[in-house]
Amino acid sequence: MQYSIRKFDAVIVGAGGAGLRAAIQLSEAGYKTAVLTKVFPTRSHTVAAQGGVAASLGNSEEDHWHWHMYDTVKGSDWLGDQDAIEFMCRKANEVVVELEHYGMPFDRLDNGKIYQRPFGGHMSNFGEKPVRRSCAAADRTGHAMLHAMYQRNIKVNTQFFVEWQALDLVRDADGDVVGVTAMDMETGEIVVFHAKATIFATGGAGRIYYSSTNAFINTGDGVGMAARAGIPLEDMEFWQFHPTGVAGAGVLITEGVRGEGGILRNSAGERFMERYAPNAKDLASRDVVSRAMTTEINEGRGCGPNKDYVLLDITHLPPETIMKRLPGIHEIGIQFAGVDCLKEPLPVVPTCHYQMGGIPTNYLGQVVVPKNGNPSEPVHGFYAAGECACASVHGANRLGTNSLLDLLVFGKSAGETAVSDLKNNVKAHKPLAQEAIDRTLARVDRLNHQKDGADVHETRLAMQRTMQKHAGVFRFKDMLAEGVARIDEIAGQVAQTQIKDKSMVFNTARIEALELDNLIEVAKATIVSANARTESRGAHVRDDAVDCPETPDGRDDKNWLKHTLWYREGSRLDYKPVQMKPMSVDTIELKKRAY
Amino acid sequence: MKEDRRARINRLKWHCRRALLELDLVFDRFWERYEDSLDEQGEAALESLLELEDHDLWALVNGRETADDQRQAAMIERLREVSPTANF
Repeated sequence: MQYSIRKFDAVIVGAGGAGLRAAIQLSEAGYKTAVLTKVFPTRSHTVAAQGGVAASLGNSEEDHWHWHMYDTVKGSDWLGDQDAIEFMCRKANEVVVELEHYGMPFDRLDNGKIYQRPFGGHMSNFGEKPVRRSCAAADRTGHAMLHAMYQRNIKVNTQFFVEWQALDLVRDADGDVVGVTAMDMETGEIVVFHAKATIFATGGAGRIYYSSTNAFINTGDGVGMAARAGIPLEDMEFWQFHPTGVAGAGVLITEGVRGEGGILRNSAGERFMERYAPNAKDLASRDVVSRAMTTEINEGRGCGPNKDYVLLDITHLPPETIMKRLPGIHEIGIQFAGVDCLKEPLPVVPTCHYQMGGIPTNYLGQVVVPKNGNPSEPVHGFYAAGECACASVHGANRLGTNSLLDLLVFGKSAGETAVSDLKNNVKAHKPLAQEAIDRTLARVDRLNHQKDGADVHETRLAMQRTMQKHAGVFRFKDMLAEGVARIDEIAGQVAQTQIKDKSMVFNTARIEALELDNLIEVAKATIVSANARTESRGAHVRDDAVDCPETPDGRDDKNWLKHTLWYREGSRLDYKPVQMKPMSVDTIELKKRAY
Repeated sequence: MKEDRRARINRLKWHCRRALLELDLVFDRFWERYEDSLDEQGEAALESLLELEDHDLWALVNGRETADDQRQAAMIERLREVSPTANF
């Protein structure tokens, strides 16, 4: 199979928030930088982020990065690394102001300063009361951010390769990263991007689940590529779920629906939340509601032919209230559930939203792996940032508005570190590793010539349904163990996928098959890591984790205050310590996470 | 399918991969129903819609906004009419 080689100082995979931010750093420093992206940059999934970006600017009331840090550590259920969290919270003001200078149209106060609003989990004075910390641009924060950063990149001559699918990381015999292989969708041509610095900013892999709020592009390409290249994946058992996504579609139904009086019902029509949360009922916190919904479904009280969803009922509310207070819900019901919510209840399930784990990095954006007794030895030439990376600032659970902050801070940090390495340590390109390139060619060749293989759509669906059922928002020992075996079986089918369309120009069937190669690595990492972690922490909640004074809410710090590392080879697990020591302040000591 | 049409349709299909799940789902259904019958006028109308920003396109598809252009408006109608996959 033919391929060509192109040389750059740096190649960045992904043009969402993290990739664009990293690219600015490199291009501004004068390095020849290529950004590869599956879709046009301003169509990256960062667009979907509405809530805002957290920064303790204190524009409306007193705020401090140390308070933000405390909230983030607590939100992470103490699994976040405190050095990286301090770094992120201290850098927040700087990256937000920079963004403002790039032309980001933040909402403003009358005095011209950036307007800030409160957001769940963000508090003043170490958890005392809510604080206004989120900076937003109407309900289009992510979108405006991408536009501002894309324009900046054009100005500093970043070279974009739009509609290119990255295929594999190129690692040499020393384990150093020397570039990435990619396919031009328009021609089907394969190119090796030979680079002194390679940065992954490929986003999350929420599509491993059947019900996901993520757009179809979120297939964890960077995470899958890293795993295939022998890089371990960190804390992949931690996924944030939202309780009410439209069953079968994943589209979010805002919490406001329950706020306005919406009631969750099972197949018997029972308002089941009365049993799980007698006081708060349907307004209990996200995790409590999600857990109750899963229990109802698992115990056979789900609705529909497969008994796999519950109902969100607002038919008792006056139609004018629904249309006035919950604009958009009526349309979403009709478009995605085929239901007129004024007359019938909406089918809902807990829905995957955000990937906390990923490619292990430090706060400098360097990818780190255990080597020679050091749990976090940088991999030369390799950096990662954003949802695909695990710094780890979100630990076991992410706070709202910290994801946009994560991609700004660590996108910049990865870019800065790459610039410093290019200046001081890496003068020339290391030779390409032929073996690694051959592995990519063999993978594409296998797909092009596979006969009597598995259907891509069917196989992906089987993976998504298995992940939803066996490693969803609420986890059970036996189900997890069964799920590990089932995903292993499905991985065997993924290795033999077949495509009928063999054309070269924009062959979407081929792209989807290549994406599935990445998704399955994430699915394996998730279910194997979740099966092994026998405690409950943050978003990872197990039925068999005992709630007692030694392990409150099932959290077992004695045995499980550690990061999981999953290796693709042999599906092996390793662990590394959580960094409890911040950069300059005292450790935020362990305590029960309660709000 | 002829090679040149296949290439055009494949390109359009890829451009239907959007930043918002809502749009992905709508286009998924659209292609299931119209892949074989979409004519060149339809292709052009779709292509012009795909140039829009995702939030603006979603506002048209969910009926909050209306398209001024006749052909665009007709295409929006088709996007709105396809019933949900209801595969839950």
